[in-house]
Formats: sequence, C-alpha cells, structure tokens
Amino acid sequence: MTASEKVLMKGNEALAEAAILAGCRHFFGYPITPQTEVAAYMSKRLPKVGGCYLQAESEVASVNMVLGAGAAGVRVMTSTSSPGVSLMAEGISYIAGCDVPCLIINVQRAGPGLGGIQPAQGDYWQATRGCGHGDFRLIVLAPSTVQEMVDLVSVAFDLGDRYRVPVMILSDGLLGQMMEPVVLPEPQGGLPPKPWAACGHGGARERNVVNSLYIEPPELEEIIARRFDRYAGIEASEQRCESYLTEDADVVLAAYGASARVCRSAVDAARGKGIRAGMVRPITLWPFPVSAFGQCKAAKAFLTVEMSTGQMVEDVRLAVNCGRPVEFFGRTGGIVPSPAEVLARIEDVAGRYA
Amino acid sequence: MPARFERPKALVDVPMHYCPGCTHGIIHRLVAETLDELGCEGRTVGIASVGCSVFSYKYFGCDMIQAPHGRAPAVATGVKRSFPGDVVFTYQGDGDLAAIGTAETVHAATRGENITVIFINNAIYGMTGGQMAPTTLPGQITQTSPYGRDVREAGYPIRVCEMLSTLDGVALAQRVSADSVKEVRNAKKAIRKAFEYQIAGRGFTLVEVVSACPTNWGMSPRDSLQWLRDNMIPYYPLGVYKDKGAEE
Repeated sequence: MTASEKVLMKGNEALAEAAILAGCRHFFGYPITPQTEVAAYMSKRLPKVGGCYLQAESEVASVNMVLGAGAAGVRVMTSTSSPGVSLMAEGISYIAGCDVPCLIINVQRAGPGLGGIQPAQGDYWQATRGCGHGDFRLIVLAPSTVQEMVDLVSVAFDLGDRYRVPVMILSDGLLGQMMEPVVLPEPQGGLPPKPWAACGHGGARERNVVNSLYIEPPELEEIIARRFDRYAGIEASEQRCESYLTEDADVVLAAYGASARVCRSAVDAARGKGIRAGMVRPITLWPFPVSAFGQCKAAKAFLTVEMSTGQMVEDVRLAVNCGRPVEFFGRTGGIVPSPAEVLARIEDVAGRYA
Repeated sequence: MPARFERPKALVDVPMHYCPGCTHGIIHRLVAETLDELGCEGRTVGIASVGCSVFSYKYFGCDMIQAPHGRAPAVATGVKRSFPGDVVFTYQGDGDLAAIGTAETVHAATRGENITVIFINNAIYGMTGGQMAPTTLPGQITQTSPYGRDVREAGYPIRVCEMLSTLDGVALAQRVSADSVKEVRNAKKAIRKAFEYQIAGRGFTLVEVVSACPTNWGMSPRDSLQWLRDNMIPYYPLGVYKDKGAEE
C-alpha cells in the first residue's frame, strides 16, 4: 500500500493500521465483540514491525499494561467494547491521575450488562464524564466514517502527548464492522520526547516517579487544579465538529458517529421536502463543541439523535443554555435508527417550531 | 579504612514511614543492595503497589511507577514489553498480590514475564489497619476475623510459592524470611538470584519474604518475630519451590 492509494478496509482494521502508521508499537488487549478485529490485526502486524502485541488475561490487566507502557513513555493503545471499558475504568482513572497519555478504543455495543453485540451509543456518559473515580477527563473523539477512524488516530495520539491525557476514540459496532474505501496516511515520524517517563534514569537525570497518590490534601488539590488548567486549554483550543447545512437551518440535528450517518441522509431528504434542516456533528465529544451550537443563529429548534435513550442531548441543552428547544430521538438495544424515522421526527419538529 | 555500614546508593536518603519492628525496611535494603551490586539502578523501573509499601516509590532511587491495587505485575509487564533491556521489579504485599491481584500475578507468572516480584507476606492488611488477608493463618485474630480465622467460613490461606511453582513460566519461586541475621542473608541471596535470572532472561521470578507486622499483630517487635517463627514458618515453610537454574 502506498499513500494516497484508496483501499477497501473494515473500520476496525483501518483503525489498527492507522495506529501503526502513527508510530504505535505497543498494543495490549482482550477479545470482545465487536472490536476483536483490532486485536487480531495488531497480533498479525505488530510483530512484523518490531512491535509488541500482548493478549492480557482481562481488560483490568490490559489497561494496566497500557499504564505501564505509557508511563515508560511509549506510544501505546488498547481496544475494547463497552463491558470492557467498565472493567478498565479503574485503570483509566489511574492513567489520568498519573498524567500518562495513551489511546483507548471503545467500539460500542448495546448495554447495560452483557446487553447485545449490535451497535449502540450508550457509553457517551461513561466516556465524557471520565468513566472512573475522581475528577478527571478523557479527550473523546467520535469518527463517523472509516476514513475518519483512520484520520483521528494520529490526532488522538498527538493530543494525548501534547496534554498528557488519556484519549478515547468512541466508535461503535457499525463503524467497526463496515467496509469503506480509505486513504491511509504516511507513517508518522519524530514522536515527541517524554522527559517525565519512568524507563530508567541511566544515571543521567533525577529519577522519575509516575504516581497518582498525594496524601497531603493541599498538594493533591494543587495537582488537580493544574490538571484542570490543562483541561481548560483543551476546551478552548481543541473543539472539533462538522457543521452541515446549519447556516440557514431552522431545525438543527445533533448526532455523532453512526447515527450522524443516518442523520445526514435525513437532513438531505428534509431539504428535498423544503424543510431547512442541518446538522452539527461533534467530532470531539469532550471537549464538547459548544461554540458550533452558538453559531446556529437561525435554528428554531434542535433535534438530538442517538443510539441511546438520550445522553448527548444533555450537552446540547447545556450548549444552547436551554435557550431554544432541544428534542430527542433515539433507538436502543442495538438498533440503528432509519433515515425515514429521523425524517419523520424532523418534519414533526419543523411543524411545531419552524 | 575500616569497612563502614552505609546506605545503599539505590535507596533515597529520606526517613521511612514504616513502623518499628516492621521488616519492610530490611527488605527494601536488600533490594537496593542488589541493584547496587548488579550496577543496574539506572536501567531499573520499580513498581510500587497498594498497601504499606505504596510509598516505596519514595525510597528506591530508580525510576518508579505506582500501580493500582493488585495490578503491579500488569504495569510491570507494560514497562518490560516497552523496554526489554530494563530491569523491572514489583514490590507487593499479601493482600495486593494474593487477593485483589491474584489474576495479574498468576498470568504474569505463566507468561514467564521477565520481571521480579518481591512479595511481602505478613498475613495481614497493614495499611488499612489489620484486616484478614488471603495469607492470614487459620485461627488468627484480625480486625475482620475477630474470633480467629474460621476456615469453614473464610476458607484457607494461599501458599503462593507452592501454587506458582506448578507454572512453566516461573524461573524462580523461593520463600525466605527476615526474622534473623541468618535468614536475612538467605533472603539477600534469593533476591539477588531473582534479579540475576531476570537479567539473564530466564522468566518470572518471585521471592516471598515471610514478614512481621508488630503494629497490627499487636505485639512487640521481638515477640512478633517469635510468633512468626512459631506460627508462620510451619504453615509457610521456607525453601526453594522452583528454580530453573538448579534444574539444569
């Protein structure tokens, strides 16, 4: 494969290859549907490029291997699906508390509990609210095409390194399993130095300690405050989204990932019927692209569409300060909403507000 | 010049927080002496676990990472797989290693993960104030076994060296004690052998040190060492349970 050549790839495999091209040589994981192709691809490719693929005994172990590798300063990732993230929550909290960068992939399936193996978006709160104990954040990126699965991987690693935070790509079973043509990027070189990493001081510097324990409350408060200063910088500089036909839109949809693909079709169909519809598609779920919603000057109402019972809708309401109506439509259980269902909701909202 | 008893270079010059009569200080010293003798402090990463020894990251002069409760072998695995030339050790207590971290311990061992585990077995949870541990002896009174550990309710203690010795990935599993000069010398030899095996790439090495916790046992340091000899050693016999070097 050469750069700029289009190849047909499954989302999970394209993401894995993109991670290797982004300089990731360490993968620790545990099998779970529907993300297993990421691990399978890594187990095949990483040994060929001098990397390390290791299948852990559990997600609890794999995320702690990620903590160790990340603390030692290498570009490292893991991949799992919803129940696996629950098991990783402890480790993710420690990773955030240790200010260790890493990449965590969640190819979402339906929950709660064992739920089902079909695509869902029920882990939005878990991803955007830190997902473990204590005050912390993950940068959360939400691709909606296989190409975007590829493009966001190097973005994720670079953001993680720049801000020393764990980054999650929140995908879903639909994006992970579907095939689309993609253009893979050139291999990324020149990864940033990590002078804080614990990999052996070599007698050449002071020892490094990677740690999340601060037994003195004022010291811990200071550490948390400095971490949240970094978060404020992320919120100010790293909001990403796509605004689709929003400039004159009376009804603005808000959707991410797989449901945004459906919404795009529904917006086009609504336009065909003379309804001025548009869509804000958050690409960063945290930081939430608040400013994009403020720019929807013409919007009379918003309609959030999710494969959940309504989670991101709360962030949309906050983004518009509850100043305009924000309605919700969702399917759950692993069911992807159809464009016709969404169009009917757009017509309903337009009829009442536009 | 007369020989002087000095602090090992691989120990940081700060006071330790350990209680009087606790054997952590001795065992820290043995690990640090080993790093000095093998000249490997600069390429060593230590993993502190949760429990009294969490603060070991303050005491060892090498790079240190503090792991979640029980997860030290997984964290060590991540470091070792990233820097195979590094020397990586964990320092864990019995609750950390043999209760909440049993899966991580067993799987690092069976993978033959090329790390060294220093396992402190004092039959009690120290940091949280003396609760029943997976290694608490039958009949032993603790805060959460106030009538003595009843094996019909609480099950039996785990003998970690014996359990791990069945796994092919284990290069060294040895139980030592820190209750006398003679046993401390033996412990030092075992710890040094474990690090030497790791550097030679032989596989997973674990040294279990039967230790005293006078504070939570409610005894004087002297009485606690005698209690250790009378009660712990019979249940946890000292010895070599697996040694790939000796088998060759």
